[in-house]
Amino acid sequence: MPEAWVRIRGLRYARGEQVIFEGVDMDIPRGRLTAIMGPSGTGKTTLLRLIGGQLHADAGTVEVAGENVAALRSKALYRLRKRMGMLFQNGALLTDLSVFDNVAFPLREHTRLPERMIRDLVLMKLHAVGLRGARELMPAQLSGGMARRVALARAIALDPQMVLFDEPFTGQDPISLGVLVSLLRSLTDALGLTSVVVSHDVQESLSIADYVYVISEGRVVEHGTPEALRQSTSPWVQQFLQGQSDGPVPFHYPAPDYRADLLADDRP
Amino acid sequence: MMDFLQRLGATALGVTERIGRGHLFLLYVLGGFPGLLPRFGLVIKQIYASGVLSLLIIAVSGLFVGMVLALQGYNTLVDFGATESLGVVVALSLVRELGPVVGALLFAGRAGSALTAEIGLMKATEQLSAMEMMAVNPLHRVVAPRLLGGIIAMPLLAAILSAVGIIGGYLVAVGLLGVDEGAFWSQMQAKVDLFDDVASGVIKSVVFGFVVTWIALFEGYDAVPTSEGVSRATTRTVVHASLAVLALNFILTALMFGDD
Repeated sequence: MPEAWVRIRGLRYARGEQVIFEGVDMDIPRGRLTAIMGPSGTGKTTLLRLIGGQLHADAGTVEVAGENVAALRSKALYRLRKRMGMLFQNGALLTDLSVFDNVAFPLREHTRLPERMIRDLVLMKLHAVGLRGARELMPAQLSGGMARRVALARAIALDPQMVLFDEPFTGQDPISLGVLVSLLRSLTDALGLTSVVVSHDVQESLSIADYVYVISEGRVVEHGTPEALRQSTSPWVQQFLQGQSDGPVPFHYPAPDYRADLLADDRP
Repeated sequence: MMDFLQRLGATALGVTERIGRGHLFLLYVLGGFPGLLPRFGLVIKQIYASGVLSLLIIAVSGLFVGMVLALQGYNTLVDFGATESLGVVVALSLVRELGPVVGALLFAGRAGSALTAEIGLMKATEQLSAMEMMAVNPLHRVVAPRLLGGIIAMPLLAAILSAVGIIGGYLVAVGLLGVDEGAFWSQMQAKVDLFDDVASGVIKSVVFGFVVTWIALFEGYDAVPTSEGVSRATTRTVVHASLAVLALNFILTALMFGDD
């Protein structure tokens, strides 16, 4: 396995009383596609924000490219962020700019390239996601899947070494879903990206990932290649992978005995 | 009783903390001002958004305010046979007080609320977060041009409100009430002082523009990122900015004209 580009050790993060992560260790290998899976509400997005330095861990370290993210001053952090892209769940396109200007935004902010070269670069990125013809549209005119592809083109505009994907498959129709799945894989290979995909879409994630972490209740419950994960003997992992409604994660929210509850006189 | 005291204390702490955050926010935003010089186009865009787009409401309000001033002033002045001074009354009221104050109140309602909603929604749709992840500081790229735009737009709007108001006053005084046209203008020219009156009005409107835009931007940036949160923040902007304008106007007036 190649060296780790992101190294997380003993991560603890709490929001008020609620502990989101406790003792999480992770290695995200360089140039590979790593999927981080888990049920909704397990803090997957929070993990991406910790990697991107938007949140700081209460304990433990998050290292990206050998640098401790939490210890960086804002200039160094911004320098590091130029080497990473992030795809937000809803795309987070700037609504007052056209598709073209959205993709050109990081180039115009961070480079002094002439406008002609920016045009070429933007068209190349848009071509890669199949939306070169949509350059004049405004974000409000795009479907959810198209917005996500434009955001993907924007995320790779500066040719980053790593891209973080926040739930890229959620709420997509089958065609958009297929497009996004193959785009993620092909971009990772073609650009040598270190991709981190946070998702609870099991089949899509397993089909393209090189390595998988499964997290639940603040801990890593299993990790390995997709094949290894499918062979896992953990009943929890099997329930999650196969989407069974009952198992170690119960269908019912904790409640008193059903019969006793129904027969109780002092009902509210 | 203890409960009441506890709640009072918690509220006071909350308010103090928010004021502190507001000032830190301002400090960071001001740090982005030098970077705006080579990209003044960003500021021009905001002057258009908060200034030019507020022109209609400002001009129409100015016209009516000027017309009412002339009517009311005439009723009082006619008793003393001093109707030639109507031009002075209209001009001084507008330039010293009503131009900056009414302008700022309208600016808070028209442009301030729009700024809060815009920034709040940018936050709710993760556009500000996305910028941070693209290594672009939203306080410098998004907020700073809007603040500078507001500071520049407000005195221009106040000046236009005063000018249109004087025209409204002229129409009523000369056209409707039969005040002598020569007296109307010449008295105004003789009695309105560039420094004492016009400059103090300009200073007021710069201060109001700064405070209203600051409040609007902070409320948007600090809004709870939900539809309800943004709607509350927008309301707070109009209420707080209007109160701030009225209170500051008293202080500024006392400082400028108190020892006359």
